[in-house]
Amino acid sequence: MTAGAGLVAEEVIASAAAPGPYRRLVRQFLRNPMAIAGLATLAVLVIFCFCGPLLYHTDQIHVHLSRENLVPGAGHPLGTDDVGHDILGRLMYGGQTSLEIGIAAGIVATVIGMLWGAVAGYAGGWLDALMMRVVDAGIAIPGLFLLMVAATIITPKVPVLIVIIGVCSWLVPARLVRAEAMSLRGREFVQAMIAIGGGRRRAIFRHILPNVVGTVVVNVTFQVADAILLVAYLSFLGLGVPLPGTDWGGMLSNGINYTYAGYWWMILPPGLAIVIVVCACNFIGDGLRDAFEVRLQNR
Amino acid sequence: MVTDHAVAPARDADAPFSSGVRVPPLAWFLIKRIAQSVVVIFFVTLIVFGLLHALPGGPARGILGQQANPVQIAAFNRAQGFDRPLPEQYWLYLDRLVHGNLGESYKLNQSVIGLIGQRLPRTVLLSGLSTAAALVLAVPLGVWQAVRRRRAPDYVITGGAFVAYATPSFFLGLLLILVFAEKLTLFPPQAPQATSLGGILGDPRALVLPVLTGTAATVAVFSRYVRSSVLDNLAEDYTRTARAKGVAERRVVAIHILRNSLTSVITMLGYYIPVVFSGAIVIESIFNYPGMGLLFWQSAQTSDYPIELGVVLVIAVATVVGSLLADLLQAAADPRVRGSIR
Repeated sequence: MTAGAGLVAEEVIASAAAPGPYRRLVRQFLRNPMAIAGLATLAVLVIFCFCGPLLYHTDQIHVHLSRENLVPGAGHPLGTDDVGHDILGRLMYGGQTSLEIGIAAGIVATVIGMLWGAVAGYAGGWLDALMMRVVDAGIAIPGLFLLMVAATIITPKVPVLIVIIGVCSWLVPARLVRAEAMSLRGREFVQAMIAIGGGRRRAIFRHILPNVVGTVVVNVTFQVADAILLVAYLSFLGLGVPLPGTDWGGMLSNGINYTYAGYWWMILPPGLAIVIVVCACNFIGDGLRDAFEVRLQNR
Repeated sequence: MVTDHAVAPARDADAPFSSGVRVPPLAWFLIKRIAQSVVVIFFVTLIVFGLLHALPGGPARGILGQQANPVQIAAFNRAQGFDRPLPEQYWLYLDRLVHGNLGESYKLNQSVIGLIGQRLPRTVLLSGLSTAAALVLAVPLGVWQAVRRRRAPDYVITGGAFVAYATPSFFLGLLLILVFAEKLTLFPPQAPQATSLGGILGDPRALVLPVLTGTAATVAVFSRYVRSSVLDNLAEDYTRTARAKGVAERRVVAIHILRNSLTSVITMLGYYIPVVFSGAIVIESIFNYPGMGLLFWQSAQTSDYPIELGVVLVIAVATVVGSLLADLLQAAADPRVRGSIR
């Protein structure tokens, strides 16, 4: 009886000393000051854009020619733009679009890439070769060019932008996941499952995909950063969200018309917002990657 | 590419010998890699052809406008061959491509290949200058960061690289114009407007701001890459051997490590071509530089599809050829790469 109690106690101690893989991951991530800073910044920006308008009411739809191009001051902390929209309010309004498109497109791209890569890597042979040549062809055509061609064909509303940016940027995650799927296919637990008669679908969904989670999660954050930049570029090139909607890139490109007039408040806030959010996503991604690597090393 | 090195080559290891003829590994690598590139270019033409036919109402609607009546559209389609079955059109498209015919611009009344031939050298010149400047800066920076990793300079440069990467080039270009062209009046706000390459190079002051804009983000990416590559090489056995033999640390880094890292930098350059061209669209439109990027942007705004698709095709082929050359160079330099081809 005492031996049994001792065994239980030992198990308790062992489980306390060796926390689950995800808790270790979180702990490792929280040890990285840059990653924390990135996460905090992103959280603040999301709250600013989505909750800010509840406290700070501005009219972002109608044109108010009586208060155009106002210098920052009382009533308008960041001034107004060329049609009288309050810039601080517009920063929240445009930020919603930038963040929505960035995050959704990043996820769409990663999910497509993950499925494509897992199937190609697991299947191997000619199917893999064919699927990866499609990826090579897609990578050879820069996303910005495809997007510009697409934007001249379709009116770029938010859901449309999410889908086309997602469809234009799934190639890198596809390559990453394929490489991992190929090495996982040879591992004992997958081979054992095949030996006892498991099917292809089960192998991919139950064994390959759960094991590429690390790569995928890290990749999502980088994809989000790149998608936010892509939307900004599209808006700058005049192919972004149509008015009265806007995003940070659209605000910035609108401000460019007033560069020589010295209206800095129309350029700096959206520009800095883009830089900050992209940096934040990349910090989070780097932190996650380091955390996953440490976890793999400890295994 | 880089990730594929981890993939087990076991499946293909005996392939060169299966036919009974012994093919040297490098030649086998060459053959396979070139065949792959041909397949990729085939897919690229399929995508571009698909894009042309994805236009709602077909290209006729785009070029003739919303007011065009069905008779006009039918006439246009007949004249352009758009009324034939798709496979036949695709075949004709490929046939024209092989003969170097990318079609005629809808708006500029010139052949697409002629327009691209005029603009491409200018874009290559400007992007080449930015990329060269970025390499010259990034290699020493990356090496220095790796050698002094996790110390103040490494953190400062890393932070700078993150910010440079996150700054949209049009924002940076704008700030540069504001500060250096407007306030300090050191440099003109426009890129050189000369049509000849010599004329462009003859106006170095006007080149400074566009080149600088293109360099910033590229330095950020390259220096991160050099840093991690040097870090990887620092952990290699041959580095330990060199140190154990008593080779001075400076020499270990300058000769042993740098040489190995540079081969991977060359590969990255090959894969960097699409990024460079994307940057060219933005930089050329901010600084009004008459290159291929500006041509593409203007055609996108006037829905001049033959130019848009022609430019896409040229860039895609350049990318495929660039990555092919990069892989071949690396295979020649590093025997380990040859086994890793799929």
